[in-house]
Amino acid sequence: MARHVVAPAAEFPPGTRRLIDVDGRAIAVFNIAGEYFAMLNRCPHNGGSLVEGVLTGLLQSPTPGEYEYSRQGEIIRCPWHGWEFDVRTGRSFCSAVRARARQFPVHIEDGQTLVEGPYRAETLPVSVEDSYVVVEA
Amino acid sequence: MSTEKLTGIADCDIHPTVRTMAELEPWLSRQWIEHFRTYGALRNTQYVSGAPYHKSQPNASRRDAYPPEGGPQGSSLAFLRTQLLDQHSIGFGILNPLVQAQGVRNLAHSAALCRALNHWQAETWVANEPRLRASIVVPYEDPEASAEEIRHWAGNAAFVQVLLLSRTSFPTGNKRYWPIFGAAVEAGLPVGIHAFGNSGWPVSNVGWPSFYLEEMVGHAQTSQSGLVSLVVEGVFERWPALKVVLIESGFTWAPSLMWRLDHAFRTLRSEVPHLKLLPSEYVRRNVWWTSQPLDEPENKRYLADMFNWLGWDKIMFSSDYPHWDFDDPARVIAFPASDEDRRKFFIGNARHVYGA
Repeated sequence: MARHVVAPAAEFPPGTRRLIDVDGRAIAVFNIAGEYFAMLNRCPHNGGSLVEGVLTGLLQSPTPGEYEYSRQGEIIRCPWHGWEFDVRTGRSFCSAVRARARQFPVHIEDGQTLVEGPYRAETLPVSVEDSYVVVEA
Repeated sequence: MSTEKLTGIADCDIHPTVRTMAELEPWLSRQWIEHFRTYGALRNTQYVSGAPYHKSQPNASRRDAYPPEGGPQGSSLAFLRTQLLDQHSIGFGILNPLVQAQGVRNLAHSAALCRALNHWQAETWVANEPRLRASIVVPYEDPEASAEEIRHWAGNAAFVQVLLLSRTSFPTGNKRYWPIFGAAVEAGLPVGIHAFGNSGWPVSNVGWPSFYLEEMVGHAQTSQSGLVSLVVEGVFERWPALKVVLIESGFTWAPSLMWRLDHAFRTLRSEVPHLKLLPSEYVRRNVWWTSQPLDEPENKRYLADMFNWLGWDKIMFSSDYPHWDFDDPARVIAFPASDEDRRKFFIGNARHVYGA
């Protein structure tokens, strides 16, 4: 896996998302409350564009009539058929099906340590003091 | 298994919609424009002004299908061209607008809205996109007005079928609706019956279900009831040339329904002496199905059995674009199938049924 620049962190604030292209692969990157997550932008069920889905929470029900809502904003719901995936693991919560969205590690690195990414020079010129969001893909 | 790349695919269920109901005003009289603005167009959906169930996605449509120029999903011909026709190699697409016109309780208003919606389809969609064809929407609770609507457009190449919904106020084959079937046969048009409807009846025959999920699967049950009615009332005996297309109704239930109908018919035929063929023979002769939403058994090969039992010549691809439960033609047949069968499913059957 090579490391690719997504954007300067300052320009990629919490609550936003980006769709990037890495060597022809579309990757959805999310900033959820300051944490970054990336996924191949292709729903494993039928190919829907995950970056256009709603980020929702994990709704569980131990027994009919009782509901537990947790992990608000950490579950991506496909904009087509509504399949839901954990942004941390890519796992689907529908236990009957083994669909799993492919994810990629994302983190913030200091400017000096970056491998030159395809977007940095052309569209995101920043100084070495800034931090960049990097995706490994 | 070969996976021949097909172009010119037929999509038998596309849902265009209006940006607002004002889009229909060029084809409505002043009377109906003011009536709609003042009183709206109520359908038989008790307690609610819109659909009886909230959908899982806005407008029951894909979130990635909003046109860039604004408006609801399915309201832009330019974007539909790009996102559906071009991207999925659709060469022949049938419009089934589910705009509030059919099923409006004020029958004269329903007829006026249907006429306007047919003009809108022909003049703003089909006239500008040669890959598209329209469906004649009819005010089905007024069968004589519906027959008149069919006769009005008969021979107009923009239209390739008559559109009904699966939940009418009486069972689909009831004699009150026969003027519709007669006019369709005279016009040489198939009758497409799309799941859904504004009949006042719940989707389930045991009352109003609590969940949208129950409505989603209930469409298959209402379509079965409608098909049984068409067969048993003798619609296909009266009009042997009638083609009925069941749209978005599922079809994996059809083989077992035909077995069950034949079994019951053999012991009860004295009750229905007007039927000269086995029920399954009428179904095989007169009925076709669209594919979406295709069932997804864990073992996809079970679907191959269903296709074989019903016949590859009976099932036609449909995407349901822009609705959220859209099927992608490149991924829908996820089991081994011959090129010949795939060509029938994606192209040939629709050409046969719609004369395309």
